[in-house]
Amino acid sequence: MLTRFLLLGLDKKAGVLLAVLALLAVAVPVMALGTAPDSPWHLSTHSVALMGKYLCFALLALALDLVWGYVGILSLGHAAFFTLGGYAMGMYLMRQIGPRGVYGNPILPDFMVFLNWKELPWYWHGFDQFWFAAVMVMLVPGALAFAFGWFAFRSRVTGVYLSIITQALTFALMLAFFRNDMGFGGNNGLTDFKEILGFDIQAPATRVGLFVATVVALAIGYILASSIVASKLGKVLVAVRDAESRVRFLGYETERYKLFAWTLSACMAGVAGALYVPQVGIINPSEFSPASSIEAVIWVAVGGRGTLAGAIIGAVLVNFGKSYFTAALPELWLFALGGLFVLVTLFLPKGILGLAAQLRQRLPSRGAVAAKPAGQKGV
Amino acid sequence: MHRALCWLLAAFLALAAPAAFAADLEPLVRGLGAGNYADTEKALAKLAETGDPAAVPVIEALQAGDLYVRKPDGAVVVAKRSGNGYALTDPVTGAPIGEADRNAVEKIKVNNALRRTMSAALGALTLMSPNAGVRWQAAEAVFKSRDANALEALDAALAKETDEGVKRAMTQARASVVLGSSAPDGDKLAAVEVLKDRGDQDALALLNGAAGNGSEAVKAAAGKAVAAVESRLALWGAAQNLWYGLSLGSVLLLAAIGLAVTFGVMGVINMAHGEMVMIGAYATFLVQEGFRAWAPGLFDFSILVALPVAFLVSGAVGVVIERSVIRWLYGRPLETLLATWGLSLALQQAVRSLFGPTNREVGAPSWMSGAFQLGGLTITYGRLWIVVFAFLVFGALLVALRRTWFGLSIRAVTQNRNMASAMGIRTARVDALTFGLGSGIAGLAGVALSQIDNVSPNLGQGYIIDSFMVVVFGGVGNLWGTLVGALALGSVNKFLEPYAGAVLGKILVLIFIILFIQRRPRGLFALKGRAVEA
Amino acid sequence: MLQSGLKSGRSFVAAAGLALGLAAGFAGPASAQDTIKVGILHSLSGTMAISETTLKDVMLMLIDEQNKKGGVLGKKLEPVVVDPASNWPLFAEKARELITKDKVAAVFGCWTSVSRKSVLPVFEELNGLLFYPVQYEGEESSRNVFYTGAAPNQQAIPAVDYLMEKESVKRWVLAGTDYVYPRTTNKILEAYLKSKGVKDEDIKINYTPFGHSDWQNIVADIKKFGSAGKKTAVVSTINGDANVPFYKELGNQGVKAQDIPVVAFSVGEEELAGIDTKPLVGHLAAWNYFQSVDTPENADFIKKWKAFTKNDKRVTNDPMEAHYIGFNMWVKAVEKAGTTDSSAVIDSLIGVAVPNLTGGYSAMLPNHHITKPVLIGEVQENGQFETVSKTPGLVPGDEWSDYLADSKDLISDWRAPMSCGNFNVKTGKCGGKGS
Repeated sequence: MLTRFLLLGLDKKAGVLLAVLALLAVAVPVMALGTAPDSPWHLSTHSVALMGKYLCFALLALALDLVWGYVGILSLGHAAFFTLGGYAMGMYLMRQIGPRGVYGNPILPDFMVFLNWKELPWYWHGFDQFWFAAVMVMLVPGALAFAFGWFAFRSRVTGVYLSIITQALTFALMLAFFRNDMGFGGNNGLTDFKEILGFDIQAPATRVGLFVATVVALAIGYILASSIVASKLGKVLVAVRDAESRVRFLGYETERYKLFAWTLSACMAGVAGALYVPQVGIINPSEFSPASSIEAVIWVAVGGRGTLAGAIIGAVLVNFGKSYFTAALPELWLFALGGLFVLVTLFLPKGILGLAAQLRQRLPSRGAVAAKPAGQKGV
Repeated sequence: MHRALCWLLAAFLALAAPAAFAADLEPLVRGLGAGNYADTEKALAKLAETGDPAAVPVIEALQAGDLYVRKPDGAVVVAKRSGNGYALTDPVTGAPIGEADRNAVEKIKVNNALRRTMSAALGALTLMSPNAGVRWQAAEAVFKSRDANALEALDAALAKETDEGVKRAMTQARASVVLGSSAPDGDKLAAVEVLKDRGDQDALALLNGAAGNGSEAVKAAAGKAVAAVESRLALWGAAQNLWYGLSLGSVLLLAAIGLAVTFGVMGVINMAHGEMVMIGAYATFLVQEGFRAWAPGLFDFSILVALPVAFLVSGAVGVVIERSVIRWLYGRPLETLLATWGLSLALQQAVRSLFGPTNREVGAPSWMSGAFQLGGLTITYGRLWIVVFAFLVFGALLVALRRTWFGLSIRAVTQNRNMASAMGIRTARVDALTFGLGSGIAGLAGVALSQIDNVSPNLGQGYIIDSFMVVVFGGVGNLWGTLVGALALGSVNKFLEPYAGAVLGKILVLIFIILFIQRRPRGLFALKGRAVEA
Repeated sequence: MLQSGLKSGRSFVAAAGLALGLAAGFAGPASAQDTIKVGILHSLSGTMAISETTLKDVMLMLIDEQNKKGGVLGKKLEPVVVDPASNWPLFAEKARELITKDKVAAVFGCWTSVSRKSVLPVFEELNGLLFYPVQYEGEESSRNVFYTGAAPNQQAIPAVDYLMEKESVKRWVLAGTDYVYPRTTNKILEAYLKSKGVKDEDIKINYTPFGHSDWQNIVADIKKFGSAGKKTAVVSTINGDANVPFYKELGNQGVKAQDIPVVAFSVGEEELAGIDTKPLVGHLAAWNYFQSVDTPENADFIKKWKAFTKNDKRVTNDPMEAHYIGFNMWVKAVEKAGTTDSSAVIDSLIGVAVPNLTGGYSAMLPNHHITKPVLIGEVQENGQFETVSKTPGLVPGDEWSDYLADSKDLISDWRAPMSCGNFNVKTGKCGGKGS
């Protein structure tokens, strides 16, 4: 039953994508660990960490595309779920430091010691266990999304109003986490991690392991999302996107469908954040900033909204471009990035995958206008 | 009659003094150039003790930073820049005494302690000035300095004073001095009463000091007076908070009102709105640079010139953006979000490349500097003008949209594009001009914000989120909603700030917005009708 | 969606190629070098660009100057500039890139504490070399980081001493932005003030968010706090962007330096350049350098700076001097060690002394902090500071504050045999307080 459900989403395109992920999962460890450092095929830990980061962002983009591309909820606050997941993992990693902090306090993280905290706040308990943190990584963003969605969808907040209050949510969380009194390290956030599950977090093998874990998480997320999209549930979701009132009049409780997709998406974003933190080595409140949420929306748009593979491709490409340009054109990269967004929206309204599809449709029929997929409405 | 006599006396003194006392002042003035703060302060105190009005110009020159030591002979001189060197004058007589090379003179440095001594000295010395304003300032200076030596001069001045306001200030100054001295209790009790009537924070400071030491009777009276002043100030404090709320609200209104046009009326999710504000601020900077270079005397008018310039520059950038990018995206609001986000990145970087990443100085004209007291309220002129300006802009926009042909066209095009087009309205031109209007208003906001905030490439980023919150809270497409939304959010924020602190206050406001939207999913002033289901 | 097997086959090959290409694009060793690369890790965009861009420029100038003198060890220096875009994880990523891909010999960079915390593990892992030029909260000492900015005892405590002695201040407002530097500095100051007999009710601590722009209430509160009959002063650790609106509000509400002086630790010439300073004359700042300092070295430095930026109005400030000192120390240490190998340079850096711009020598201490004079300056009408007080000698940077319970027993000494950043003198062990 479950296998059938999961296989439902596996069309040819999904096969291609999963094959690429599988290839990465095999090739990267071999290239990083199995080759000599001076071999032209060698991958440095820097590159592994970088690619791991891109794939974390891809998972976030995938989560966002699920709600935006298929349910029509434009979230300008998805980074909030990503960052909360990241903080849950960061708290576990902080507890793992143990007495190796600069003050040598076995229980309290350094920032608490120098803010004169005497004991661990209640919400830090349990995070010394990996399983607990792993549960929290999904539970915290999921619960927040559920509560938020439950109110918002029942009140029938839609469109740009919903987008703006998701932005208000992430902005409020950012301000809250900036406060040192919150007990999350304030502006400095959580950093200087030592170990994950007993492995040295800076060892190349650990990094490769984290990378493979990210690939696996992305693959699972992709299979899950494409199965949902292809199932009957997915059809209802798309119907909600295109004409919510009509679906409601047909007797569906649209709020429940939206709430399901929304909460699932938040959990996926949380996992992405949790995988991101050990690979970049820091989590701090600026990840909550509305700009990072908007960037995630842009990845999806560049790749192609409403195509799960497109979200992944968009996230990887835009971030690769950012890494490249910030080093190659440090003074001009914002022009390049800003220009890219303008050009993509003007000339590739359906993103890169949309362009590919358009080209394929155009080629056999020589200049025939590509048929517009019906019902792609704004906000 | 008295007054005339007093004036005559003063005039006589002013004329006679240099001749009579110049010789005595000379060594004291020379002492000012001692080379270290402590000795300069001693010399200054001696100079003030003479009570000689001829010392006034010397101290004023020191205050203005014009007093120098001539290196060869150690003489203290007044030096003003002329050409490559300095033109020197005698500090006491004001007679020119030749020129000096830039390296031949050394400025007498002053620090805060010296500045305090100077204003105290000037206060004591100018209590008899023929100008009522100067006398009032002198009284205030004595009030602050509490210089016991000034008591005699103060009593003399009080006896002759005719101006009610100045007289009150002098009485208060006297009370301040008496309270700090070892005067008998009776005098001190009277002083406490005088200060209680003054009732502001300066008086509170003095009363608090008196309540801490002295005889029991004075302590008790001062304690009572403190309580009275505090309760009065608390009342005014509430009013002050209301004013802060109004002031913050009007800043939000200014920032949001352009967005109410581009986003509210046209439906473009304009993430580059903040950059239009920033461009307006930089236009102000350029205009001021122009004034500084060519017409420094007219600097006070620079802001007035900057207003139309900023409107036109930001508006023109808006029209260009609309014609080149936005017009391809109508009906696809989300794409406008992406494109304008890209534009905002590029515009920020462009400004950074052109003007550098650091802050630029935008000066305040004199009519926007400082503050005045309204009862117990302190109102700064800058904020007051911004409030007025915000309402003027709002009113003008309302009139433009409601009462002009252009406004009619805008409403027609946004409500039913095809119909408007069929009626002969050139919709493309209206689109461009509407976007230009919204951007131009953002530019006007930039002029105002340049007075209270950084003029840097990041200026716009600080306001974009707040602006969206205001527009959405008030209800998209409704100008009145924007007005009420801005003022409400400003007041709530300022109301919460004293209790919750600045950060928590802002968080609470955001949560309030989230909850409010649950209650009214279309904002405060929702558009009614079938068009709502978009 | 794609249905044709043929087409998907083709795109599979394309995608696989893309993936491999992506992976391979990252691979590949760097080519042999005949220059010595120097990394510059300062934000050129985002919120911190306002402060950090200047430091990038000054580094380019210093490298240029050094190359004119013939470079180092007979090789030319080559600057490698990257833009971490005020994004803290990006700082770590770029640091790793500079060290592993560009193979830079040393990195000069970071401004905020969080960016330094973000790159710290990277430098320790890869044994890199970072020169950090900004005043900071202390409570840190890393083998791979050299702190050329001021520690709290080189800025905050002398400033408070000055106010107590010269202005006889009895009541204190400690106002700061809510992040680690103000928090720590204020904690140290609070402990220090109490040790000097200041009572609890005479200290008011206030935190505001980053980029706070509406200061009306807070300035009014300061005025109110100042009306308790005792001389009051404000110690400001307000950060960057928020300062301009803060000072504008102070000026407008008529808070004069003669009545309530404000002494700031994060406001330098660059910040003042954006404000009309006439209403602010007399407010104070504590630094280790002012542009107005009258020494031949400083005059020469300012002249070169204005020529290099081709802008007569560009100002200089304290973190620039820190880079000047740090860069010259690095050059001297490399020449002493005869190699750019980081371990050798790290060892040879300790004890190196170079001229600073205020007419003396700054030396690198075993705790990787430097000795500096402390200057207190008053704001002038022209946007400059006038030095009103200077410590008689040099103050050595103290990384572990003596006024905090948890760090007063810690010291740091990176010379062998101790080689420890947090040695506990009570337990005699390396590794913090111990348990």
